[in-house]
Amino acid sequence: MTQTLSRRLLLKWTGANAGIAVAGAMLPNFGISAALAADLGEGDIGVLNYAYALEQLEAAFYTQVIETPFEGITDEETDWLTDIRDHEVEHRDFLKEALGEGAIPDLEVDFSAVDFTSRDSVLATAQTFEDLGVAAYNGAGKLIENGDYLLAAGKIVSVEARHAAAIRDLVNMNSVAFAGDDVVDENGLDVAKEPAEVLAAADPFITTEVTAEALV
Amino acid sequence: MTMKSILSTVDPEITERLVANRREFFRSSALKLGAMASAPLVLAMASQQAFGQELPQEIVDVLTFALTLEHIEDAFYRSGLEADGLIPDEYVGIFNQIGKHEAAHVAFLSTALGSAAIDRPALDLTAGGKYADALENFDTYLTLSQTFEDLGVAAYKGQAGNLISNDDILQAALQIHSVEARHAAIVRKIGGKKSWDGAFDEPMTKEEVLAAATPFLA
Repeated sequence: MTQTLSRRLLLKWTGANAGIAVAGAMLPNFGISAALAADLGEGDIGVLNYAYALEQLEAAFYTQVIETPFEGITDEETDWLTDIRDHEVEHRDFLKEALGEGAIPDLEVDFSAVDFTSRDSVLATAQTFEDLGVAAYNGAGKLIENGDYLLAAGKIVSVEARHAAAIRDLVNMNSVAFAGDDVVDENGLDVAKEPAEVLAAADPFITTEVTAEALV
Repeated sequence: MTMKSILSTVDPEITERLVANRREFFRSSALKLGAMASAPLVLAMASQQAFGQELPQEIVDVLTFALTLEHIEDAFYRSGLEADGLIPDEYVGIFNQIGKHEAAHVAFLSTALGSAAIDRPALDLTAGGKYADALENFDTYLTLSQTFEDLGVAAYKGQAGNLISNDDILQAALQIHSVEARHAAIVRKIGGKKSWDGAFDEPMTKEEVLAAATPFLA
Protein backbone atom coordinates (compact mmCIF):
# COMPACT_ATOMS: atom_id res chain seq x y z
CA MET A 1 0.00 0.00 0.00
CA THR A 2 2.79 2.40 0.84
CA GLN A 3 4.22 1.64 -2.56
CA THR A 4 1.05 2.83 -4.20
CA LEU A 5 0.85 5.99 -2.15
CA SER A 6 4.46 6.84 -2.76
CA ARG A 7 4.03 6.24 -6.41
CA ARG A 8 1.06 8.58 -6.43
CA LEU A 9 3.08 11.28 -4.72
CA LEU A 10 5.95 10.62 -7.02
CA LEU A 11 3.68 11.04 -9.98
CA LYS A 12 2.31 14.29 -8.65
CA TRP A 13 5.72 15.82 -8.45
CA THR A 14 7.07 14.20 -11.53
CA GLY A 15 4.27 15.78 -13.43
CA ALA A 16 5.11 19.20 -12.09
CA ASN A 17 8.78 18.80 -12.72
CA ALA A 18 9.10 17.00 -15.98
CA GLY A 19 12.10 18.22 -17.84
CA ILE A 20 13.49 20.58 -15.23
CA ALA A 21 17.11 21.56 -15.74
CA VAL A 22 19.50 20.83 -12.89
CA ALA A 23 23.12 21.88 -12.97
CA GLY A 24 23.05 21.83 -16.71
CA ALA A 25 21.65 18.33 -16.94
CA MET A 26 18.13 17.38 -17.92
CA LEU A 27 16.57 15.11 -15.36
CA PRO A 28 13.26 14.09 -16.83
CA ASN A 29 12.02 12.32 -13.73
CA PHE A 30 13.45 14.74 -11.30
CA GLY A 31 11.79 15.08 -7.94
CA ILE A 32 11.08 12.92 -4.97
CA SER A 33 11.42 9.96 -7.28
CA ALA A 34 15.17 10.27 -7.00
CA ALA A 35 14.96 9.39 -3.32
CA LEU A 36 13.09 6.23 -4.13
CA ALA A 37 14.80 5.25 -7.32
CA ALA A 38 18.13 3.63 -7.57
CA ASP A 39 19.19 6.29 -10.01
CA LEU A 40 22.78 6.99 -9.08
CA GLY A 41 23.96 10.53 -9.43
CA GLU A 42 20.69 12.22 -8.63
CA GLY A 43 20.33 10.44 -5.32
CA ASP A 44 21.41 13.23 -3.01
CA ILE A 45 19.25 15.82 -4.71
CA GLY A 46 16.31 13.50 -4.35
CA VAL A 47 16.95 13.09 -0.64
CA LEU A 48 17.28 16.84 -0.18
CA ASN A 49 13.99 17.36 -1.99
CA TYR A 50 12.43 14.76 0.26
CA ALA A 51 13.63 16.73 3.28
CA TYR A 52 12.55 19.97 1.63
CA ALA A 53 9.02 18.60 1.19
CA LEU A 54 8.80 17.71 4.88
CA GLU A 55 10.18 21.07 5.97
CA GLN A 56 7.66 22.84 3.75
CA LEU A 57 4.92 20.90 5.45
CA GLU A 58 6.19 21.73 8.93
CA ALA A 59 6.82 25.40 8.14
CA ALA A 60 3.31 25.78 6.73
CA PHE A 61 1.82 24.07 9.75
CA TYR A 62 3.54 26.23 12.38
CA THR A 63 2.93 29.38 10.36
CA GLN A 64 -0.76 28.62 10.67
CA VAL A 65 -0.41 27.77 14.36
CA ILE A 66 1.09 31.19 15.07
CA GLU A 67 -1.38 33.04 12.82
CA THR A 68 -4.38 31.43 14.48
CA PRO A 69 -3.33 30.51 18.03
CA PHE A 70 -5.33 27.83 19.80
CA GLU A 71 -7.67 28.78 22.61
CA GLY A 72 -5.95 29.41 25.91
CA ILE A 73 -2.44 29.45 24.49
CA THR A 74 0.07 30.61 27.12
CA ASP A 75 2.85 33.12 26.57
CA GLU A 76 5.38 30.35 27.00
CA GLU A 77 3.66 28.18 24.41
CA THR A 78 3.55 31.09 21.96
CA ASP A 79 7.23 31.71 22.59
CA TRP A 80 8.25 28.10 22.02
CA LEU A 81 5.99 27.50 19.04
CA THR A 82 7.22 30.72 17.43
CA ASP A 83 10.79 29.47 17.81
CA ILE A 84 9.84 26.18 16.22
CA ARG A 85 8.11 27.97 13.33
CA ASP A 86 11.21 30.07 12.77
CA HIS A 87 13.41 26.97 12.77
CA GLU A 88 11.23 25.16 10.25
CA VAL A 89 11.19 28.21 7.99
CA GLU A 90 14.98 28.34 8.22
CA HIS A 91 15.24 24.63 7.40
CA ARG A 92 12.89 25.05 4.45
CA ASP A 93 14.74 28.06 3.08
CA PHE A 94 18.12 26.44 3.64
CA LEU A 95 17.13 23.37 1.64
CA LYS A 96 15.50 25.44 -1.07
CA GLU A 97 18.67 27.43 -1.50
CA ALA A 98 20.82 24.29 -1.45
CA LEU A 99 18.65 22.74 -4.16
CA GLY A 100 18.54 25.86 -6.30
CA GLU A 101 16.77 25.14 -9.55
CA GLY A 102 16.52 21.50 -8.56
CA ALA A 103 13.98 22.26 -5.86
CA ILE A 104 10.49 20.85 -6.15
CA PRO A 105 7.79 23.54 -6.33
CA ASP A 106 5.94 24.94 -3.35
CA LEU A 107 3.59 22.29 -2.08
CA GLU A 108 -0.04 22.92 -1.35
CA VAL A 109 -0.99 21.61 2.03
CA ASP A 110 -4.22 20.39 3.54
CA PHE A 111 -4.64 20.82 7.26
CA SER A 112 -8.38 20.27 7.28
CA ALA A 113 -7.87 17.41 9.71
CA VAL A 114 -6.40 19.83 12.23
CA ASP A 115 -8.52 21.96 14.56
CA PHE A 116 -6.29 25.00 15.00
CA THR A 117 -8.48 26.33 17.82
CA SER A 118 -7.75 23.22 19.88
CA ARG A 119 -4.54 22.85 21.86
CA ASP A 120 -4.87 19.08 21.82
CA SER A 121 -5.31 18.94 18.07
CA VAL A 122 -2.45 21.33 17.33
CA LEU A 123 0.03 19.69 19.71
CA ALA A 124 -0.90 16.19 18.59
CA THR A 125 -0.28 17.19 14.98
CA ALA A 126 2.97 18.92 15.93
CA GLN A 127 4.12 15.78 17.70
CA THR A 128 3.26 13.66 14.67
CA PHE A 129 5.20 15.95 12.33
CA GLU A 130 8.25 16.21 14.59
CA ASP A 131 8.50 12.50 15.25
CA LEU A 132 7.99 11.86 11.56
CA GLY A 133 10.71 14.34 10.68
CA VAL A 134 13.16 12.66 13.06
CA ALA A 135 12.34 9.21 11.68
CA ALA A 136 12.61 10.49 8.11
CA TYR A 137 16.06 12.00 8.54
CA ASN A 138 17.23 8.99 10.54
CA GLY A 139 16.17 6.70 7.72
CA ALA A 140 17.45 8.92 4.91
CA GLY A 141 20.97 9.46 6.20
CA LYS A 142 22.20 6.26 4.60
CA LEU A 143 20.81 7.36 1.22
CA ILE A 144 23.05 10.42 1.18
CA GLU A 145 26.36 10.06 -0.58
CA ASN A 146 27.91 13.46 0.00
CA GLY A 147 29.37 14.02 3.48
CA ASP A 148 28.50 17.72 3.45
CA TYR A 149 24.84 16.95 2.80
CA LEU A 150 24.90 14.29 5.49
CA LEU A 151 26.25 16.82 7.97
CA ALA A 152 23.63 19.38 6.92
CA ALA A 153 20.91 16.81 7.51
CA GLY A 154 22.48 16.01 10.87
CA LYS A 155 22.39 19.67 11.88
CA ILE A 156 18.66 19.70 11.17
CA VAL A 157 17.57 16.35 12.56
CA SER A 158 18.76 16.92 16.11
CA VAL A 159 16.82 20.19 16.19
CA GLU A 160 13.74 18.27 15.03
CA ALA A 161 14.36 15.83 17.87
CA ARG A 162 14.59 18.73 20.31
CA HIS A 163 11.26 19.99 18.98
CA ALA A 164 9.74 16.55 19.31
CA ALA A 165 10.83 16.24 22.93
CA ALA A 166 9.65 19.72 23.83
CA ILE A 167 6.25 19.25 22.17
CA ARG A 168 5.85 15.88 23.84
CA ASP A 169 6.59 17.50 27.18
CA LEU A 170 3.98 20.19 26.52
CA VAL A 171 1.48 17.40 25.94
CA ASN A 172 2.59 15.25 28.89
CA MET A 173 4.48 17.47 31.29
CA ASN A 174 7.30 15.89 33.31
CA SER A 175 6.57 12.41 32.01
CA VAL A 176 8.85 10.08 30.06
CA ALA A 177 7.01 11.05 26.87
CA PHE A 178 9.87 13.29 25.62
CA ALA A 179 11.69 10.09 24.65
CA GLY A 180 8.99 7.55 25.32
CA ASP A 181 9.12 3.84 24.70
CA ASP A 182 6.86 4.45 21.70
CA VAL A 183 9.76 6.16 19.88
CA VAL A 184 12.90 4.80 21.55
CA ASP A 185 13.43 1.04 21.47
CA GLU A 186 15.12 -1.30 23.92
CA ASN A 187 18.49 -0.53 22.37
CA GLY A 188 18.02 3.15 23.01
CA LEU A 189 17.51 3.83 19.31
CA ASP A 190 15.06 6.38 17.93
CA VAL A 191 12.74 5.55 15.03
CA ALA A 192 14.07 5.42 11.47
CA LYS A 193 11.65 5.22 8.57
CA GLU A 194 12.12 4.65 4.86
CA PRO A 195 10.89 7.33 2.45
CA ALA A 196 7.91 5.26 1.29
CA GLU A 197 6.57 5.00 4.83
CA VAL A 198 7.17 8.66 5.59
CA LEU A 199 5.55 9.84 2.38
CA ALA A 200 2.53 7.68 3.06
CA ALA A 201 2.17 9.33 6.46
CA ALA A 202 2.62 12.83 5.02
CA ASP A 203 0.41 12.28 2.00
CA PRO A 204 -2.93 13.20 3.64
CA PHE A 205 -1.52 16.64 4.43
CA ILE A 206 -0.26 17.37 0.93
CA THR A 207 -2.66 18.36 -1.84
CA THR A 208 -0.40 19.67 -4.53
CA GLU A 209 -2.21 19.57 -7.85
CA VAL A 210 -2.13 16.13 -9.36
CA THR A 211 -1.46 16.56 -13.02
CA ALA A 212 0.67 13.56 -13.65
CA GLU A 213 -2.13 11.07 -13.74
CA ALA A 214 -3.21 12.52 -17.05
CA LEU A 215 0.26 11.86 -18.37
CA VAL A 216 0.48 8.23 -17.34
CA MET B 1 29.99 -6.36 1.51
CA THR B 2 27.24 -4.73 3.46
CA MET B 3 25.70 -6.11 6.59
CA LYS B 4 22.37 -6.30 4.84
CA SER B 5 23.67 -8.61 2.20
CA ILE B 6 25.16 -10.81 4.89
CA LEU B 7 21.93 -10.86 6.83
CA SER B 8 19.94 -11.67 3.75
CA THR B 9 21.91 -14.87 3.41
CA VAL B 10 21.05 -15.92 6.95
CA ASP B 11 18.06 -18.12 7.53
CA PRO B 12 15.49 -15.88 9.28
CA GLU B 13 14.69 -18.62 11.75
CA ILE B 14 18.30 -18.95 12.76
CA THR B 15 18.57 -15.20 13.11
CA GLU B 16 15.56 -15.19 15.36
CA ARG B 17 16.95 -17.94 17.52
CA LEU B 18 20.28 -16.17 17.81
CA VAL B 19 18.56 -12.99 18.87
CA ALA B 20 16.47 -14.85 21.41
CA ASN B 21 19.56 -16.51 22.88
CA ARG B 22 21.37 -13.26 22.99
CA ARG B 23 18.42 -11.65 24.78
CA GLU B 24 18.40 -14.47 27.28
CA PHE B 25 22.09 -14.05 27.81
CA PHE B 26 21.73 -10.35 28.44
CA ARG B 27 18.80 -10.86 30.74
CA SER B 28 20.64 -13.31 32.92
CA SER B 29 23.87 -11.36 33.02
CA ALA B 30 21.88 -8.24 33.76
CA LEU B 31 20.38 -9.94 36.76
CA LYS B 32 23.80 -10.94 38.01
CA LEU B 33 25.31 -7.55 37.44
CA GLY B 34 22.29 -5.58 38.49
CA ALA B 35 22.56 -3.74 35.22
CA MET B 36 19.72 -2.79 32.95
CA ALA B 37 18.91 -5.39 30.37
CA SER B 38 19.18 -4.44 26.75
CA ALA B 39 18.44 -6.74 23.87
CA PRO B 40 20.77 -5.92 21.01
CA LEU B 41 19.55 -5.86 17.46
CA VAL B 42 20.45 -8.34 14.82
CA LEU B 43 22.61 -5.55 13.50
CA ALA B 44 24.83 -5.41 16.53
CA MET B 45 25.12 -9.15 16.67
CA ALA B 46 25.90 -9.40 13.02
CA SER B 47 28.63 -6.83 13.25
CA GLN B 48 30.27 -8.84 15.98
CA GLN B 49 29.77 -12.26 14.50
CA ALA B 50 30.03 -11.60 10.83
CA PHE B 51 32.71 -8.94 10.96
CA GLY B 52 34.57 -9.68 14.17
CA GLN B 53 37.87 -7.93 13.79
CA GLU B 54 36.98 -7.07 10.24
CA LEU B 55 35.19 -3.82 11.04
CA PRO B 56 37.33 -1.14 9.45
CA GLN B 57 39.55 0.61 11.97
CA GLU B 58 37.92 3.94 11.20
CA ILE B 59 34.54 2.59 12.29
CA VAL B 60 35.98 0.86 15.35
CA ASP B 61 37.53 4.20 16.33
CA VAL B 62 34.22 6.05 15.99
CA LEU B 63 32.30 3.41 17.93
CA THR B 64 34.94 3.34 20.66
CA PHE B 65 34.80 7.11 20.92
CA ALA B 66 31.00 6.93 21.15
CA LEU B 67 31.18 4.16 23.74
CA THR B 68 33.50 6.26 25.88
CA LEU B 69 30.94 9.06 25.95
CA GLU B 70 28.11 6.65 26.64
CA HIS B 71 30.05 5.14 29.55
CA ILE B 72 30.41 8.62 31.08
CA GLU B 73 26.69 9.32 30.63
CA ASP B 74 25.67 5.91 31.92
CA ALA B 75 27.78 6.31 35.07
CA PHE B 76 26.59 9.88 35.54
CA TYR B 77 22.90 8.89 35.58
CA ARG B 78 23.44 5.77 37.67
CA SER B 79 25.27 7.86 40.26
CA GLY B 80 22.68 10.62 40.17
CA LEU B 81 19.78 8.24 40.58
CA GLU B 82 21.55 6.55 43.51
CA ALA B 83 22.32 9.85 45.27
CA ASP B 84 19.65 10.33 47.95
CA GLY B 85 17.58 13.45 47.52
CA LEU B 86 19.56 14.79 44.55
CA ILE B 87 16.88 14.51 41.89
CA PRO B 88 13.50 16.04 42.83
CA ASP B 89 10.70 13.47 42.84
CA GLU B 90 8.90 15.05 39.89
CA TYR B 91 11.95 14.47 37.65
CA VAL B 92 13.02 11.01 38.80
CA GLY B 93 10.99 9.34 36.06
CA ILE B 94 12.64 11.48 33.40
CA PHE B 95 16.16 10.74 34.63
CA ASN B 96 15.35 7.06 34.93
CA GLN B 97 14.30 7.11 31.28
CA ILE B 98 17.47 8.92 30.22
CA GLY B 99 19.61 6.55 32.27
CA LYS B 100 17.86 3.56 30.74
CA HIS B 101 18.76 4.82 27.26
CA GLU B 102 22.39 5.49 28.11
CA ALA B 103 22.75 1.99 29.57
CA ALA B 104 21.18 0.61 26.40
CA HIS B 105 23.63 2.61 24.26
CA VAL B 106 26.55 1.17 26.21
CA ALA B 107 25.23 -2.36 25.71
CA PHE B 108 24.45 -1.76 22.04
CA LEU B 109 27.84 -0.27 21.17
CA SER B 110 29.67 -2.88 23.24
CA THR B 111 27.91 -5.64 21.37
CA ALA B 112 28.63 -3.98 18.03
CA LEU B 113 32.32 -3.75 18.92
CA GLY B 114 32.47 -7.28 20.31
CA SER B 115 35.89 -8.11 21.66
CA ALA B 116 37.10 -4.62 20.76
CA ALA B 117 34.67 -3.02 23.22
CA ILE B 118 36.28 -1.03 26.01
CA ASP B 119 35.21 -1.36 29.64
CA ARG B 120 33.91 1.62 31.52
CA PRO B 121 36.87 3.92 32.16
CA ALA B 122 37.59 5.23 35.64
CA LEU B 123 35.62 8.44 36.06
CA ASP B 124 35.67 11.56 38.15
CA LEU B 125 32.25 13.19 37.83
CA THR B 126 33.46 16.25 39.75
CA ALA B 127 36.06 16.94 37.05
CA GLY B 128 38.89 17.30 39.54
CA GLY B 129 36.76 19.20 42.01
CA LYS B 130 35.46 21.77 39.53
CA TYR B 131 31.96 20.38 40.09
CA ALA B 132 32.51 19.20 43.66
CA ASP B 133 28.78 19.15 44.43
CA ALA B 134 27.83 17.37 41.20
CA LEU B 135 25.98 14.66 43.10
CA GLU B 136 24.63 16.92 45.85
CA ASN B 137 23.32 20.00 44.12
CA PHE B 138 20.60 19.51 41.51
CA ASP B 139 21.53 22.73 39.68
CA THR B 140 25.07 21.48 39.21
CA TYR B 141 23.78 18.07 38.22
CA LEU B 142 21.48 19.64 35.61
CA THR B 143 24.30 21.74 34.22
CA LEU B 144 26.45 18.64 33.79
CA SER B 145 23.57 16.65 32.35
CA GLN B 146 22.96 19.31 29.71
CA THR B 147 26.68 19.46 28.99
CA PHE B 148 26.91 15.71 28.43
CA GLU B 149 23.78 15.56 26.30
CA ASP B 150 24.62 18.53 24.08
CA LEU B 151 28.14 17.18 23.82
CA GLY B 152 26.81 13.80 22.76
CA VAL B 153 24.64 15.37 20.07
CA ALA B 154 27.58 17.36 18.71
CA ALA B 155 29.89 14.34 18.91
CA TYR B 156 27.68 11.91 16.97
CA LYS B 157 26.95 14.61 14.42
CA GLY B 158 30.64 15.23 13.93
CA GLN B 159 31.30 11.53 13.33
CA ALA B 160 28.46 10.74 10.94
CA GLY B 161 30.64 11.39 7.92
CA ASN B 162 33.13 8.77 9.13
CA LEU B 163 30.39 6.12 9.07
CA ILE B 164 29.17 6.89 5.58
CA SER B 165 30.67 3.66 4.24
CA ASN B 166 28.47 1.48 6.46
CA ASP B 167 24.74 2.10 6.09
CA ASP B 168 23.64 0.05 9.07
CA ILE B 169 26.09 1.51 11.54
CA LEU B 170 25.47 5.02 10.22
CA GLN B 171 21.75 4.62 10.72
CA ALA B 172 22.16 3.23 14.23
CA ALA B 173 24.42 6.15 15.11
CA LEU B 174 21.83 8.58 13.79
CA GLN B 175 19.17 6.81 15.85
CA ILE B 176 21.28 7.33 18.98
CA HIS B 177 22.06 10.91 17.97
CA SER B 178 18.41 11.97 17.95
CA VAL B 179 17.78 10.29 21.31
CA GLU B 180 20.61 12.32 22.81
CA ALA B 181 18.94 15.41 21.34
CA ARG B 182 15.64 14.47 22.98
CA HIS B 183 17.51 14.12 26.27
CA ALA B 184 19.21 17.48 25.83
CA ALA B 185 15.85 19.09 25.09
CA ILE B 186 14.15 17.86 28.25
CA VAL B 187 17.11 18.58 30.51
CA ARG B 188 17.28 22.13 29.19
CA LYS B 189 13.54 22.52 29.71
CA ILE B 190 13.82 21.34 33.31
CA GLY B 191 16.56 23.91 33.80
CA GLY B 192 14.22 26.67 32.63
CA LYS B 193 15.94 27.08 29.29
CA LYS B 194 14.83 26.70 25.71
CA SER B 195 15.34 23.18 24.41
CA TRP B 196 17.53 24.50 21.56
CA ASP B 197 20.06 27.14 20.66
CA GLY B 198 18.76 27.77 17.16
CA ALA B 199 17.58 26.17 13.94
CA PHE B 200 20.79 24.21 13.39
CA ASP B 201 22.86 22.15 15.82
CA GLU B 202 26.57 22.41 15.16
CA PRO B 203 28.92 19.41 15.18
CA MET B 204 32.11 19.09 17.21
CA THR B 205 35.29 17.33 16.20
CA LYS B 206 36.56 14.34 18.13
CA GLU B 207 39.35 16.51 19.52
CA GLU B 208 36.92 19.14 20.74
CA VAL B 209 34.70 16.54 22.35
CA LEU B 210 37.59 14.79 24.06
CA ALA B 211 38.88 18.09 25.38
CA ALA B 212 35.48 18.64 27.00
CA ALA B 213 35.12 15.06 28.25
CA THR B 214 38.65 14.35 29.46
CA PRO B 215 38.29 16.22 32.78
CA PHE B 216 35.64 13.62 33.71
CA LEU B 217 38.03 10.73 33.12
CA ALA B 218 39.93 9.96 36.31
